[in-house]
Amino acid sequence: MTTHGKKGLRRRFAAAYPSWFYLPAAVIFGVLFLFPTFASLFFSLTRWTLFQYSFIGLANFRQFFSEPFLVWGLVNTLIYAVVTSGSKVVLGMLLGILLTSNVMARGLLRAVVFFPVLVSTIGVGITFTMLMHPTNGLINDVIAAFGLKGPAWLTDPRFALLSVAFVDVWKGVGLATVIYIAGIVSIPAEYYEAAKMDGANALQRFWNVTLPLARPATVTVIILSLIGGLRSFDLIWAMTKGGPGFTTDVVASVIYKQYQAGFYGLSTTGNVVLFVLVAAIVVPLSFVLNRKEVEA
Amino acid sequence: MTARKLRYYATGILSLAIAFVVFVVPFLFIVVNALKDKPEASRLHFTWPTETHFWDNLAAVVQARDYMLITAFVNSIVLTVVAVAGLVVFGAMVGFVLQRRPSRWNGLINFMVLAGLIMPPAVVPTIWLLQWLGLFKTLSGLILIEIAYSLSFSVLLFRAFIATIPRELDEAAILEGAGPFTLFFRIVLPLLKPVAVTVIVVQSVAIFNDFTNPLYYLPGAKNATVQLTLFNFQSMFNTSYNLLFMNILIITIPPLIMFLFFNRQIVEGMTAGAVKG
Repeated sequence: MTTHGKKGLRRRFAAAYPSWFYLPAAVIFGVLFLFPTFASLFFSLTRWTLFQYSFIGLANFRQFFSEPFLVWGLVNTLIYAVVTSGSKVVLGMLLGILLTSNVMARGLLRAVVFFPVLVSTIGVGITFTMLMHPTNGLINDVIAAFGLKGPAWLTDPRFALLSVAFVDVWKGVGLATVIYIAGIVSIPAEYYEAAKMDGANALQRFWNVTLPLARPATVTVIILSLIGGLRSFDLIWAMTKGGPGFTTDVVASVIYKQYQAGFYGLSTTGNVVLFVLVAAIVVPLSFVLNRKEVEA
Repeated sequence: MTARKLRYYATGILSLAIAFVVFVVPFLFIVVNALKDKPEASRLHFTWPTETHFWDNLAAVVQARDYMLITAFVNSIVLTVVAVAGLVVFGAMVGFVLQRRPSRWNGLINFMVLAGLIMPPAVVPTIWLLQWLGLFKTLSGLILIEIAYSLSFSVLLFRAFIATIPRELDEAAILEGAGPFTLFFRIVLPLLKPVAVTVIVVQSVAIFNDFTNPLYYLPGAKNATVQLTLFNFQSMFNTSYNLLFMNILIITIPPLIMFLFFNRQIVEGMTAGAVKG
């Protein structure tokens, strides 16, 4: 042993956490995620067959923001993300409050609400396509039992996007709920006792204790479901394939359609638009939401 | 007191009834229709089958397209097991060094981890790259893709857990002469069992259920995964709803088993990963 003394020991401590531990992860992530991301910035400016490309400047982007069926995708993505995210916040919070209260069969209820999160999205999509069938579907059967006529959920352009969003909420609200449960459980009971002592009723306790103190959970649910909503593809593809017309097309389904059609440059442009969209919405939002929390 | 009791039972029963209709009925709908014969299932009614055809339907689904479902199950299981193994080992290695050794690279690495969590992958350039590497339409390619896309989540969970393991343990081992390899694989990794279980169950459900990545990176009949097979059956069985529902039922069983055994870890993992993300 030549490395006696303090210096040698410190070197040994540093050597215990070698940089090469990063290597396998860095290679896989760098090659298969980062490199294609940077490459997409270039290929979005080209007409591309995978074997050769010609540089066409911003023409793809111009097309993306002028062709109606591509613009639809952009607008629908925003609507879909906001609707699903907002619903998950409201319903997740209500379910979180219910499932942390002294309710009957609490464990069973939690399990039932959470289970759809783990089920195949394609399976859920197919099942709800059947349940939403305009004439044979169970949902419209129930509506008919009340003497009313239910709409053609997935084939009527006015309802299609919201119907898919509903299924997304059905499948995802369990995750929002468990995040809220974790948040609400961590609120110290003294706050509620103090509020009760001051004569606050249930609504006031919710407004002044639960809502502000469950804020980290709210931030998490908003951010998480916005990311998921903006990137959403598989449920829409399993239920409507973007139809009727382009009324349920989102950016992610446009990317797939352009890829299938062989417009690789345009498809990649869609990808760049999507990650600019995600970054432009999620990064500032998480910054603002997290900062306010510190001030409060 | 009795009024309170009454309210307890009223809200309890009401909640259970609503939860049953909203969350349980769709699953029962899958089950009853998976048991029916073709004409009865085509009516899409929520009724108990007049005659149960469990075995017939099961056999028909399994044999369809030359035992496609068996191939798909084998592919999906290989994909899930290998990708999750990679995620655990590589994610833990990164989480370990990232947590233990502060360096000026940490800021960049944390940024990369967040980027991996938020950013949608660039699809066509990835296909182009995979073709160039000879990995397009191969299971190995898809395994590497799944690892790349889920590494961030795995790193976050491991890093958070490693922060709870006292550094003195490392120091003792180093003084005993343990090298980095021994320290990590012999001493630290076994202690990570609880968080490793969480990563394993959460990621295996996610990768088993993944549809988009196999759709892009593993097209072709002989490569099918269970989700792709189900999606293709949708158009193939569009008159045999009984078989379609049987297929859904079959591929719901693995996540159901995971849920029954690892409910707590799944919920913990998803909330922890979420809160840190």
